[in-house]
Amino acid sequence: MTIFDITIQQLVNGLILGSFYTLVALGYSMVYGIIKLLNFAHGDIYMVGAFVGFTILSFLSGILGDEWTGILASMVLAMIAVGFLGVFIQRIAYRPMLSAPRLSILITAVGVSLVLFNGVMAATYGEYTAFNTGLDYEGITMGHIHITYTQMVMVAATALLMATLHLFISRTIYGKAMRAISIDMDACRLMGIDVNKIIGLTFFVGSALAAAAGVMAGVYYGSIHFFMGFVIGLKAFTAAVIGGIGSIPGAMLGGLVLGLLEAFGTQIPWIGSEWKDVFAFGLLILLLIFKPTGILGRTEIERM
Amino acid sequence: MTNHSPPTAIAVKKPGLEERLMSLLDDKKRRYPTYAVLIAGTLLVPFISDNYILEILANSFFYIVLCLGLNIVVGFAGLLDLGYAAFFAVGAYTTGILTSHYGWNFWLTIPAALVFSIMAGMIIGGPTLRLRSDYLAIVTLGFGEITRIAARNLKDISGGPSGLIGISRPSFFGLELNQIQHYYYAFFILVLLAIFVSYRLQHSRLGRAWQYVREDEDAAEAMGINRVAIKLYAYVIGAVFAGIAGCFFAAKMTAISPDSFQFMQSATILMAVVLGGMGKIPGMVVGALALVLFPEVFREIGSMRMLVFGVMLVTMMIFRPQGIWPERRN
Repeated sequence: MTIFDITIQQLVNGLILGSFYTLVALGYSMVYGIIKLLNFAHGDIYMVGAFVGFTILSFLSGILGDEWTGILASMVLAMIAVGFLGVFIQRIAYRPMLSAPRLSILITAVGVSLVLFNGVMAATYGEYTAFNTGLDYEGITMGHIHITYTQMVMVAATALLMATLHLFISRTIYGKAMRAISIDMDACRLMGIDVNKIIGLTFFVGSALAAAAGVMAGVYYGSIHFFMGFVIGLKAFTAAVIGGIGSIPGAMLGGLVLGLLEAFGTQIPWIGSEWKDVFAFGLLILLLIFKPTGILGRTEIERM
Repeated sequence: MTNHSPPTAIAVKKPGLEERLMSLLDDKKRRYPTYAVLIAGTLLVPFISDNYILEILANSFFYIVLCLGLNIVVGFAGLLDLGYAAFFAVGAYTTGILTSHYGWNFWLTIPAALVFSIMAGMIIGGPTLRLRSDYLAIVTLGFGEITRIAARNLKDISGGPSGLIGISRPSFFGLELNQIQHYYYAFFILVLLAIFVSYRLQHSRLGRAWQYVREDEDAAEAMGINRVAIKLYAYVIGAVFAGIAGCFFAAKMTAISPDSFQFMQSATILMAVVLGGMGKIPGMVVGALALVLFPEVFREIGSMRMLVFGVMLVTMMIFRPQGIWPERRN
């Protein structure tokens, strides 16, 4: 393997990793942008998405097969189901807390995370679940580099989801309402925007994207676990901060940057894969200290 | 903590349990006898109970110290710390490494742990306390994970994933501390110290500054309070509480591993603080006791414990954010 081969291979790994980070980071950023809540439970939503997708796929595989049609159908269904779960959580746990002190709603989010995490742990007895699909390792081979079709489809699907989200935010009336609420919620209320409905919609979209990432990660890694959401929740937050939290293009950019940094970072001999989480968190901390607004974030002027 | 639930009815004729509890600790004439009875009762427990009960109580005392420490950060200063177990790991590993690798005396490791916890508090708090409170929460979560991963990966000093075993027992004037009774009293002394320090801090100039910053950061700063400095004090003092508790934890268990310092540990301590009522010292005692006793009483739920805690955390925040200890009314 030459340096060139390693570079291409890590580029592909980084893009895949970055796709997962991006999809989760989008939910973080959207929710933060609209109600300034750091939704700690978001990583767990991703994990629940993987499990819901897996359950649906095991029902559907008899009808649609366990290849692309089945996976796609179960991904879409999982997105819808988990989207509603997000709305439900928002309705039960976060809406009563909107006017409460910041600390209270943060603690509520930690509580929601504990519920999801331990609920799935109890349901699966803490075991790894094999996510079997009919996909194989076929793909394009160029010299030492092998890129599977699965990898290509995943990057393409992420790109498609991001493009759809971008159109939704920039072109529809709902997207416009979301952008307006993130600027001034009270003014929106006076203008007759149903703020609660739009907040619910934001949770729906964010949770659905996380579920999509969860299903894709299950398909890609071949196994799912109740613990899978914890680290990716932290990483996706890092990605959201890299891009500038609250900014949607920022979350997209941040996810890809973090995925690539991590893929290449672990190639540095003295870092190694056992330190890769430390690498990402270290990056987050340095970034928060030196450039908390991120790459695309706006500098916020706080008024008193 | 500002209370955002609607004000409760004022006209209460007969004093309820809350009022009677409060009057025991607030009334000057009743306060000291109450304390004396509580302390004497606790000191007598080992003479009448078996090792199982002592084990649970010693464990509760240990959590009371951790809760009081986290209370300084979360309750007094209003900063959410999700990586508190990292500080407790610093203390436990300092004792573990110094006694097993370098043959130090246990009592000498306490000042070392003190220094290391202060350093850890400053390293984590120093650069991050300028950030907004919600960023701080996630940074502490990240630091907690970094500490645990480092403990797992630095195999030569920390023993790697299996941790350190055979940490030597401390001796106290020739008496080797190897009975549960010894640790019961050791942790009880720590609890008394922690309560005393917390109480003195709460009513000090620093305590009032914390309260001010917690309620209105901008106004506090306009009044000349250096908010970053006083937040750092809260952080470092909280770290010291956990570090010293960690030393005794290592001595009691004689074995420590990175698994003792997972995120769930931090979440559990936070749960006890919220349950007891953030910022209230008697509340911390109640919260920690409830936290340790709950799984012992409801043995059947076993692994569902954290699930129940999660539901309780959300329910508490929505319906009773001031915690189970009654609110001081004046």
